Amino acid sequence: MAYANLLVEREGAIAIIILNRPKVLNALNQDTMNELVGALEALDRDDEIRCVILTGSDRAFAAGADVNEMAQATPVDMLSGYRFQQWERIRKLSKPLIAAVRGYALGGGCELAMLCDMIIAGESARFGQPEINIGIMPGAGGTQRLTRAVGKARAMEIVLTGRHVSAAEADTMGLVNRVVPDEVVLDEARKLAHEIAGKPPVAVRLAKDAILKAFDTTLEGGLDYERKLFYLLFSTEDKREGIEAFLAKRPPQFMGR
Amino acid sequence: MAQVPSFETVLTGFADGVLTITLNRPDVLNAVNEQMGADLREVLRFAERAPEVRCLVLTGAGRGFCSGQDLRERTGGEEVSYGESLRRRYNPIILRLATIEKPVIAAVNGVAAGAGCNLALAADLRIASDRARFIEIFSRIGLIPDSGGTFHLPRLVGLGKAFELAYTAGEVSAEEALRIGLVNRVVPHDDLLPAAMDLARGLAQGPTRGYGLTKRAFRYALAASLEAALEYEAHMQEIAGKTADHRESVAAFFEKRPPRYEGR
Repeated sequence: MAYANLLVEREGAIAIIILNRPKVLNALNQDTMNELVGALEALDRDDEIRCVILTGSDRAFAAGADVNEMAQATPVDMLSGYRFQQWERIRKLSKPLIAAVRGYALGGGCELAMLCDMIIAGESARFGQPEINIGIMPGAGGTQRLTRAVGKARAMEIVLTGRHVSAAEADTMGLVNRVVPDEVVLDEARKLAHEIAGKPPVAVRLAKDAILKAFDTTLEGGLDYERKLFYLLFSTEDKREGIEAFLAKRPPQFMGR
Repeated sequence: MAQVPSFETVLTGFADGVLTITLNRPDVLNAVNEQMGADLREVLRFAERAPEVRCLVLTGAGRGFCSGQDLRERTGGEEVSYGESLRRRYNPIILRLATIEKPVIAAVNGVAAGAGCNLALAADLRIASDRARFIEIFSRIGLIPDSGGTFHLPRLVGLGKAFELAYTAGEVSAEEALRIGLVNRVVPHDDLLPAAMDLARGLAQGPTRGYGLTKRAFRYALAASLEAALEYEAHMQEIAGKTADHRESVAAFFEKRPPRYEGR
């Protein structure tokens, strides 16, 4: 499938989606978001793919929403444009999603990176929610996911000042998994993706589900949820294979069943 | 190459891959004023972007290297925020010198005082004329070593010596500077520029990308644990191993000929 605003590459059990509007620093217009959701959902249904990387160019992961598209928009336009349904669909994907970020990840770009399950950042990465500077505020999860990632005080400062957060600072705050030189960001993300792709897919999927549950439930509810998913995995062939291989001291062969 | 830009307070010259930057306010020992700050930021931005520039030499016109902040700017009666002045004028220059992925040589031709001293310390290498003098002059006016002085000075000479130089604001001769590791070499005054250019031309024909990665790794390691530094080395070596210059030097080794580096 060819896309106007994306490139999709496959490498065995992993796929890499590259936001490909470098001239506008990968500003996230509606067409790009539509294509992105389509590509992600197709890969999510594809049994051969077990982990997905999302990246941009060397200058920008994504420099935010397309401000031109929003210039004349009314509240009703924003409400009826199905704009944010796409973000919900990305949230519901079952496979692990890794953001590989170089350069700007601002506004919607920062929110998109945070919507991914893990973030590998290059030294040039710059995160931020600058919406306040144009009279609005984050609208695609920025206030919620940033706060959960870095805590209230830091999220307040970042959102209320609109300032940029360097890669090193993002690392200290726990916003990203790690920072590596720009030149090896994709290799690092690939390594992580391939490692996860080698794990039993059903267990990976349910573990991701359980971790995301931690953000919107009580501890007790989350523990109960975790326990049920844990029991469920005892019905899988991969559980039997994993334990047999462990006891026989041989590498496991997971089949995703 | 794109035209080497010219500036009001800084002379530029380009030959054999070497960009020479000469601070040029000799009547005030090249004190840094608003214009010179802007000119330095601009010329360093140019040097960073021009691939033909493979080594930088920083020196001063006339008797001095650089006497630091031009205090005449501070006598206007108007209140100046020193913090803001550093953030705006000096810190970007020091950061650029520290992060530009090309060798930077300071050819210290005379007095290097205050911010001027610390400008020299931010370079990768220092060659000094036997007339050079280094003075961390700040404490004479109740200030602290800025422009990277607190970072570079203790790292170059050790904490104890750094305290001595900062507290006493004593003058360090070229000979003494060599002894304590503040400079790499001292040469007779008239040999300074030829010696600096000789070194610079050699470096400009070297594996520039590899030099740049070395610089990144050294700078990273200054603030890292051994474990993190080792991991960073592995990343840098991965990148260096893919450079054209590395492939060229391996080929040259087997063909028993000298390598020809292109800096990429």
